[in-house]
Amino acid sequence: MPIRPVAKNTASSVSMSASPGTRASGSAEAQANQQVVEERIVEIVADSGEGAQKAGQIFGTISAKMGNGVWTVEIIPAEIKPPSRSRAGASGIRIRFGTKEMTNMGDEADLVVALNEQVLFGRMEQRAYHKGTVLLLESKWRDDPDPKVRQAYADALEQFQHNGYTVHEMPMEQACMEHTSNPRLGKNMFVLGMLCWIYQRDATLAEQEIQAIFGRKGEKVVAMNQALLRAGVAFAREQLEEDPYYIPPMEVDASRMVLNGNQALGLGVMAAGIEVVSMYPITPATSASHYLAGVYKKVGGVVHQAEDEIAAMGFAIGCSYAGKTACTITSGPGLALKTELLGLAVMAEVPLVIIDVQRGSPSTGLPTKVEQGDLLAALYGEPGDAPKPVLAAATIEDCLELTVTARKIAEAFRTPVILLTDANLASGVQPIPRPQVTEDWLAPPIDQSPWQDGVCPYDWDAETGLSPRPIPGQRGGEYVLTGLTHTRHSKVAYDSHSHQLGCEMRSRKLAALRSTLTPPKIHGDEQGDLLVVGWGSTLGAIEEAVNRARAEGQRVSSVHLRFLSPMEPGLKEIFSGFKRVMTVEISYSDPPEGLTMGGGTQPGRPSQLALLLREQVGGEIDYWSITPGHPLSPRQIYDVLMGRLADLDVV
Amino acid sequence: MFGLKKDWSLDVLPRYFTFEDYEGGEARWCPGCGDFGVLTAVQRICRDKQIPPEKTVCVSGIGCSSRLPHYMHTYGFHGLHGRALPIACGIKSRRPDLTVWVATGDGDCCSIGAGHWIHAIRYNMDMVVMLFDNNIYGLTKMQTSPTTRRGFRTNTHPEGAWIPHLDPTAVTLGFTNVSFVARTVDWNPPHLYATLQKASEHRGMSFVHILQRCPHFTGKVFEELQQDPALTPLLTHDDGIQLDPDVAKIFPNHQVHDPSDHGAAMQMVERDDVVPIGLFFQDQSRPCYDEFMKQGLEMATEDKLRGLEQALDHFMI
Ligand SMILES: Cc1ncc(C[n+]2csc(CCOP(=O)(O)OP(=O)(O)O)c2C)c(N)n1
Ligand code: SF4
Ligand SMILES: [Mg+2]
Repeated sequence: MPIRPVAKNTASSVSMSASPGTRASGSAEAQANQQVVEERIVEIVADSGEGAQKAGQIFGTISAKMGNGVWTVEIIPAEIKPPSRSRAGASGIRIRFGTKEMTNMGDEADLVVALNEQVLFGRMEQRAYHKGTVLLLESKWRDDPDPKVRQAYADALEQFQHNGYTVHEMPMEQACMEHTSNPRLGKNMFVLGMLCWIYQRDATLAEQEIQAIFGRKGEKVVAMNQALLRAGVAFAREQLEEDPYYIPPMEVDASRMVLNGNQALGLGVMAAGIEVVSMYPITPATSASHYLAGVYKKVGGVVHQAEDEIAAMGFAIGCSYAGKTACTITSGPGLALKTELLGLAVMAEVPLVIIDVQRGSPSTGLPTKVEQGDLLAALYGEPGDAPKPVLAAATIEDCLELTVTARKIAEAFRTPVILLTDANLASGVQPIPRPQVTEDWLAPPIDQSPWQDGVCPYDWDAETGLSPRPIPGQRGGEYVLTGLTHTRHSKVAYDSHSHQLGCEMRSRKLAALRSTLTPPKIHGDEQGDLLVVGWGSTLGAIEEAVNRARAEGQRVSSVHLRFLSPMEPGLKEIFSGFKRVMTVEISYSDPPEGLTMGGGTQPGRPSQLALLLREQVGGEIDYWSITPGHPLSPRQIYDVLMGRLADLDVV
Repeated sequence: MFGLKKDWSLDVLPRYFTFEDYEGGEARWCPGCGDFGVLTAVQRICRDKQIPPEKTVCVSGIGCSSRLPHYMHTYGFHGLHGRALPIACGIKSRRPDLTVWVATGDGDCCSIGAGHWIHAIRYNMDMVVMLFDNNIYGLTKMQTSPTTRRGFRTNTHPEGAWIPHLDPTAVTLGFTNVSFVARTVDWNPPHLYATLQKASEHRGMSFVHILQRCPHFTGKVFEELQQDPALTPLLTHDDGIQLDPDVAKIFPNHQVHDPSDHGAAMQMVERDDVVPIGLFFQDQSRPCYDEFMKQGLEMATEDKLRGLEQALDHFMI
């Protein structure tokens, strides 16, 4: 059967450009037949196993190589092998790229390549598309032998048209058949080729990436995938009538790396001189350990896969007690299991880095999806008073740098430190500057010189609570670490004075750490109507929303917290410059106005950061938080800000 | 002794450790508690082997027996209930130079820590694990433990424990990669000493099941065994635990058992008429996870930096 000609655009208003307004003009390097735009959001959506993510990752990488800002986010089905053509089974990737730095996934997609129509429904529910989104849809389902499939396809098509999407049905699989007998496995590279044409990506860069990725599988596989890539380029050129796009590069210094947040964590672990990662597999944290398991040898490190999270934590604590730098990487359910040992590490002052790549919770929750629900658990999860520093990465760069910072704090303050990241950072890919690693980052804490005479194992400084730590092997430093209440000599004590004193010393360490911190930077003006406070991976989306509102003349600013425990200083002063302060979070909260019930209202439960700020900074803290299972888009946040401003009567 | 050699020449050791050098805080177990004997045996072995106190780490969970580290003047880690083994493995993982002793109870090891027990045996890291089996939860006052005999009255089963008990020696012999299993009794100090001494010489995880008297709660459970040594036949072999003939004489029954014979060990441990003591099984050739964990330990900082730069290079665009 010959390739059916695709429906060509007739009216000029129907184009691949979803938002014609963003069309930029007059770039020196754009060719005559290219449309110049500043940014695009593209998705590839398919059944899992069809390689959509791999194609998207290559696309993101070559876009970064071509000098564009890039943010990619994976669309992950919760099951390993969901049935094909299922609405919940969408597996894919979104790539946002453009002329400036990309810090978040953006709003609706401009163009989507879909290998079947059903997988789009889950995305539609998440409002990933809007009127004008261009859909390049695999058309083979139209002629499927199964009448039910044909019907579903036709129904979906009607729905898409109703939603105002611009649908191009394309016989992609059939075109692939000329190059492979198993198009299910190669179609992704064909799609990559199509996107390369549409967005004028350098196809030789794509071929190099294919070589790098498939090289191990042999020349034949490389050649086949490259052929499919070229076929995709040719196919798009022939089938799509419209001019391709040109996205001007931005000015960047040469040394940039492209990686996801979990890879950045892995690099951070190595750069921090951490020798042992003790872990138990859990999504979405595991890929950090996968990455490390492959490269850790280069720096002499080892990944220990323990029998469970408790053992992983115990092992890491043992390692650290013995003077080696250790960390454990987990997600919410694992953090819950580590709780008791975390309390021990606080009590006995064992330095340790605990990384929690948050997912939807409680319980098994949404294993593959983003949420910021572990904040209070990280701060207050242990029985009794267990103060410890809690840091949160807001960017992929932070994933690397804050791991190094966390290790330093852990040792300087003789304490476990929790570093929070999330599923959005874990799989989000972005170019970041290459860090300049120095030797002292790697320096091991181990000291085997004799312990100073007369110094006890918890020689607490009365002000800061800090004390030097004896390490096994140090002569004269022999002590018994215990989770029981103990004296400065690490002797078990049951008296109230010792208990009160120990609690105070540990608490003072947080205050001491706080005294070394500087106030967070304000994004926007220091004074205004509304201040948005965020933490974690929402940084990019919040700032983009704030910028949008500010561009319209609104007096909105934002601050983003990296330190949640202790909190950065100066917040009270910052907050006082605004009529209203609100948090934006991805976690559950009841509406601020309360819950209607039996004709009246019951007070609701605030969001986690709002609760913390009310306690630590005081004053009225408004909040908006939801648990959609996906990152917040700038538009979503913008709408909320505008709503709040309207409340304030300033819009 | 004292570095004095057979030819009467004198080695002046830069440091010589006496028994007192290993004595920590005053031990506070009930009078007659079997834990005292184990503590003494460990202190004597450390002294006899002249292991520097600062190179020795005693790790424990929670329980009466887990108080042991506090009574040693070495480094110690009094951990959490059930978690001694992962902590000990972590300590050993990057510090092969440290000598590690683990003290754990029948509740600590065989109940709350049972998962770690299986896997620590699989890891087979080089340390001595001493299971203080008093057939009861001592510290928390007489609750049923996995080794409590059926019918024995406890505070949680006043009418008698209901579920058949497990035998830690038998169970451990069944774990994959097990490399050393011995059983001894606290009331025969020479056997206790010789067993722990043998364990400390073993490369890998040596699991020593110690029948430990708890006069406070289970005063009678080992009475019969104690009074009639015929009930604790001695496993003997050239590769087994060597006892002074005078001590060996106390045990009327000797049973020759080759510790390399796992099948025979399994049969031996199944006997329900007697409780054999001695070395059930030893295999020094089993893989030790220490080997895996010490990868890169000696790497120089320059090489690490170079490795790190390579890892960063990989992501460069
Ligand atoms: C998580 C936790 N659960 C329960 C306890 C209470 N607890 C302390 S020791 C113990 C049992 C001790 O029995 P065993 O391990 O046999 O040691 P023994 O006291 O008999 O030497 C229990 C249940 C605890 N400390 N921690
Ligand atoms: S209760 Fe039993 S085990 Fe505990 S100290 Fe007393 S005698 Fe020993
Ligand atoms: Mg017990």
